[in-house]
Amino acid sequence: MAERGILGLFAEAESAANAGAALREAGIEFEVLSGSPYPEGAFSEHTPPHRLYVFPFLGALCGFSVAILLTAGTQLAYPLVTGGKPVLSIPPMAIVTYEGTMLGAILFTVLGVIFESRLPRPIVGLYDRRITEGWIGLLVVGEEGQLGPAERILRQNGAVEIKGG
Amino acid sequence: MQERKDLSDRQINRDLLWPVLSTPLWFWLAVLVLGGILSAGAGAAAWWMNRGPGVAGLNRPIMWGFLIVNFVFWVGISHAGVMLSAILRLTQAEWRRPMVRAAEVLTVFSLATAALFPLLHSGRPWRTLYWVFPYDFARGIWPNVRSALVWDPSAIFTYLTGSTLFVLVTLLPDLAALRDRTTGIPHRIYSILALGWRGNPRQWKLQTLAGILLSALILPVFVSVHSIVSWDFGMAVSVEAWHTTVFAPYFVIGAVHSGVSAVVTLMALMRWLFRWEDYIRNEHFDAIGRLLIVVATAWFFFFALEFIFGLYLREPQEVALRQTQVFQWPYNMLFILFILTAYFIPVPLWLFRKVRRNVAMMFWTSILVNIGMWLERFLIIVPGLARKQPFTFEWSAYRPGPVEIIMVTASFALVALGLLLFGKIFPLVPVNEAKEGQVLKAEIQVGKRKVPAIVREH
Repeated sequence: MAERGILGLFAEAESAANAGAALREAGIEFEVLSGSPYPEGAFSEHTPPHRLYVFPFLGALCGFSVAILLTAGTQLAYPLVTGGKPVLSIPPMAIVTYEGTMLGAILFTVLGVIFESRLPRPIVGLYDRRITEGWIGLLVVGEEGQLGPAERILRQNGAVEIKGG
Repeated sequence: MQERKDLSDRQINRDLLWPVLSTPLWFWLAVLVLGGILSAGAGAAAWWMNRGPGVAGLNRPIMWGFLIVNFVFWVGISHAGVMLSAILRLTQAEWRRPMVRAAEVLTVFSLATAALFPLLHSGRPWRTLYWVFPYDFARGIWPNVRSALVWDPSAIFTYLTGSTLFVLVTLLPDLAALRDRTTGIPHRIYSILALGWRGNPRQWKLQTLAGILLSALILPVFVSVHSIVSWDFGMAVSVEAWHTTVFAPYFVIGAVHSGVSAVVTLMALMRWLFRWEDYIRNEHFDAIGRLLIVVATAWFFFFALEFIFGLYLREPQEVALRQTQVFQWPYNMLFILFILTAYFIPVPLWLFRKVRRNVAMMFWTSILVNIGMWLERFLIIVPGLARKQPFTFEWSAYRPGPVEIIMVTASFALVALGLLLFGKIFPLVPVNEAKEGQVLKAEIQVGKRKVPAIVREH
C-alpha cells in the first residue's frame, strides 16, 4: 500500500501535547511542526539523534591541513629570506593556520546544520501557513490503514483541522 | 524578562515583519539621502584612484591617515556585534532575544566596510590582490605570510565568512515565516531561501545548537581579528611608539567598548523607526548599560596601562608620543575630547538606573562613545607616525583632505544603508526568538511570589 500522510492542526499547544501523548501511547509515529521551538519532548515526540558535533572537528582538521599546505607551500615555492627570519617561520604560520582551522570548523558546522536538518527540502510537503502563526501541526505518515486511528486520535484531542489523508 | 508583554505569534509576526511586508515613506527618503552620500563617497574614491593618494593630506612621515583610522574603527564596531550575540547565546541570557540579529548584521556590514578601507588606502585596490591572494600571479612570487599585512586579510576573511554564515543559518526559521506571509515572486524567493524549513523538533534543536556552536567558534576568531589588527601597528618595525605588548588586548577591549555602544545606537534607532517598544524594552537598555560600565572600565584600565607604563620607564619614543598627544595642538584638544567622550561623560551617567532606562540618553551616550573611540584610533595612528624617523629628510604635519573626509562620511552611510536594506528584506529582530521567549515566559510559584521559569535546552 502507498504511503500517505495527515496533518492535524491545533490552535493550542496543550491540546497538541495531549494528542502527541495519545499517538505515542497508540504506537503511532508522528512529527511535530511548530513556528517556534518548544522544550524537547513537550509533545511526547521522538527526536532522532544527530551527529552535528562531528562536523566542526572534521572542518577544523580540513582547514588546518589546507592552511599548513598554503603557508608552507607558498613560502617554499618562493624561498626568499626576509627580515632574517627562517623561510618556514612558525609564528606567522601559526596565525594563518589558526584562521584556516577556524574557517574550516565554521564552514563544516554550517554544512552540518543544514545536512542534519535534512535541508534543503525542495518540496515542503504537507504543511500549513498557520504553523508560523502559532498553530501546532502533528504530521502522521503511514500506510492508509494506519491513518484512520491516527485521525481519530487527533480529532478526539481537539485538532481544529485535518489536512491530507 | 520581567517587563515582557503577552503577545500572540500572530501579533509578533505582524509587529516584526511589517518593515519587510510594507514600505513607509521615510524608508525611501533615507535610501535617497544615504545613497546620495554614498555616491559622493564613490566619486571621492574614484578621484583618489585616478589622481593617486597625493590628493589626500598624507605626506612623509604620516602615510597612514583617515582611511586607516576608519578601517580600525569599523573593525572595532564589527566586533561587538558577534561578541555580544555570541556571549548572550552561549550564556542563554534571556535579554539577548531582540538584539542578537541586529548585532550580527551590524558585524557583517561594518566588517565589509572596514575591509574596503585598506584597499582604498593603497590607491590601487586591484593590485592588493597580488599581496594577499594565495596565488603566484607574476614571476612565481607568492604572498609573504611573514607580513602582518597578510595576516589581516586571512583573519578578516574568516570573520566575515563566519559572521555572514551565522546570520544566514539563524535566519532560516524567519525566512519560513516570511514565506508563509507572502505571495507571488516574494513568496517564491523566500521559499527558495528558507530551504524547505518546516519547524520540526530536530530542526529547532539544530538551530539552538548552531547558535551555541557557531558562537563558540566565532568568539576566538573575534579575539584574533582585532589582535591581528593591533599587530599591523605593534609589529611595524620602524614605529617604535607602537611597540607595546598590551596592544592586542587593548585593541580587543576597545573594539568591544565601541561595538557594544554601536549596538545600543542601533537598538534605539530600531525602536524609534519600527515602533518596537514591546520588543526592545527599557530593561534591555538597562542590562546593556550595566554591561557597558564593565566593558568601558576594562577598556580604561588597558588605556591607562598603555599610557602610564611607557612614561614610567621613560622610553624616549613613548615620552615623545605622549608629548605630542597631550601638549601639541590640535592633538591635545582631540585628546581631551576623546577621553571625555569615551569614558568620563558616559560612564558616570550610566551608573544611574534612570539614565540606563532612558532610550534617548542611551542613544546619545553611545554616540559619544563612538566619537571618542574614533578619536582614540586617530590618536594612536597619526601622532605615532608624526615623529621624525632617522634618514627622513621631509617633514610635514597631517591634515585630512576633503577626499578622505568624504570617504569616511560615506562609510557611515554605507553601513546605515546596508542595515536599512537588510531590514527591508529580512527581519532585524529574530521572530522565532521573540516567539520562543513567549513560550518560555511561564512563571512558577515560589512561596508567595511568582518568578519567571526559564527552560534551557542543550
